[in-house]
Amino acid sequence: MAYSTKVLEHYNNPRNVGSFDKDDPMVGTGIVGAPECGDVMKLQIKVNPLTGLIEDAKFKTFGCGSAIASSSLATEWVKGKSLDAALGIRNTEIVEELALPPVKVHCSVLAEDAIKAAIKNLQDKQAHAPQTVNS
Amino acid sequence: MFKLPVYMDNNSTTRTDPRVLEAMMPYFTEKFGNSASRNHAYGWETEEGVDLAREQVASIINASSKEIIFTSGATESNNLAIKGVAAMYKKKGNHIITASTEHKAVIDTCMRLERDGCTVTFLPVDKYGIVSPQQVADAITDKTIIVSIMAANNEIGTVHPMKEIGAICKAKGVLFHTDATQAVGKIPMDVEDMGIDLLSMTAHKMYGPKGVGALYVRRKDPRVRLDAMLDGGGHERGMRSGTLNVTGIVGMGMAAEICRKELHSESERLLKLRNRLHEGINSKLEDAYLNGHPIHRLPGNLNISFAFVEGEGLMMGIKDVAVSSGSACTSASLEPSYVLKALGLGDELAHSSIRFGLGRFNTEEEVDFVINDVVRAVNHLRDMSPLYEMHRQGIDLKTVQWAAH
Repeated sequence: MAYSTKVLEHYNNPRNVGSFDKDDPMVGTGIVGAPECGDVMKLQIKVNPLTGLIEDAKFKTFGCGSAIASSSLATEWVKGKSLDAALGIRNTEIVEELALPPVKVHCSVLAEDAIKAAIKNLQDKQAHAPQTVNS
Repeated sequence: MFKLPVYMDNNSTTRTDPRVLEAMMPYFTEKFGNSASRNHAYGWETEEGVDLAREQVASIINASSKEIIFTSGATESNNLAIKGVAAMYKKKGNHIITASTEHKAVIDTCMRLERDGCTVTFLPVDKYGIVSPQQVADAITDKTIIVSIMAANNEIGTVHPMKEIGAICKAKGVLFHTDATQAVGKIPMDVEDMGIDLLSMTAHKMYGPKGVGALYVRRKDPRVRLDAMLDGGGHERGMRSGTLNVTGIVGMGMAAEICRKELHSESERLLKLRNRLHEGINSKLEDAYLNGHPIHRLPGNLNISFAFVEGEGLMMGIKDVAVSSGSACTSASLEPSYVLKALGLGDELAHSSIRFGLGRFNTEEEVDFVINDVVRAVNHLRDMSPLYEMHRQGIDLKTVQWAAH
């Protein structure tokens, strides 16, 4: 099966590979997928406390080229967005952008899930965080 | 320098040897007769070509030429052997014994027979992919008509103890079929010594053309009978009707002849190359695990799981190397190889495997190139693997609760 130029480009030059400290209160971490399915994605977002916007994102992915490209693209897209705007990213947009064939649609679904999981993790964290008074 | 991508997928198919092609050429042009035409020279000369090929093919497995039935390939041979026996011996019994790691041409044939009223035992394998002779002995009942165990596995290269299994089948009066597609021409195969009654093989795995194969059918002690699958002109002792693929058969004969003459030196050369590849990878990468048996395996086969890296993703990273992966991420099921799973491999390792198939035309320079390319790609992918990160943090991946999708 031939890969699209965009998938190859992301695979060869993945954007935002890496990790943030998952205990940082401004970091949300989403880990989705399972080794037995052949894909595991970890996507992290870092939110600016003043603006509420996602100022940075990182990923690590175990999976095929399309899974790597989908998560790389997802980190690019969430940057600069509010949490609500990031929640609006649809897997179909990833499919379109990367020209994924039908057998690879699950990679884009996983990337969308990873964004959602990261945001949920951040929100849970903030809901349960002890209230501190900032001087 | 060599051609890229480096072809290292010789368990899938092999390049036709130029000597084989040379032998075939006249049979496309001047010697085009039908080998069944008994009344003129065109038929006689092609029949001669087929006769010689039959001798050559028989001799690589120590059979007599009368015991060779030409087919379209190993899939047909496996179908003919198992279905042919099941139909012919149905009064004697309906039980078939095979292994869980067989090729689909055997497994699916057996499953069809199961739907048609046969009982099939799929024997499990040990962690190296071996069915023991004792397992076979224990599975045989008074209803068993045939045991079908592959000589060498196509994915992991594991070689079965043919002689011991053959002896058990003989002692119990059960026919012994082997799918020897990967073995013939690579390791010594001897139907007499190993007690084999039926043997499937194909030309394209031994540097012959695609679309031609053979089935060895024992003629005495015991005389094996088969119900043919194709009705027609009664070619090949009535077991396989259809005008013979003369060019293909001549090519298969020459391919077998070359393999027989060069088997010893070539298997030694391949073993050296394989060890170089294996040691090269192991010296530069941690957590690269061999699949299959360390010793009882085809000389050219190396199957390795690169932990924390997905096989298909890895193949994309080594685009200058043509290999196969046991990971079937391209299929809708996302199921990794059933052969690797049968070894008891965890899913993550089954998804991480690459099969290297070394062959006649591979060189040391190519092996060194492949080592470097694979090591580079694995490191690149591990750098972006969340599993590798967890492993480095000391997290046991088996204890993680995955949010499966």
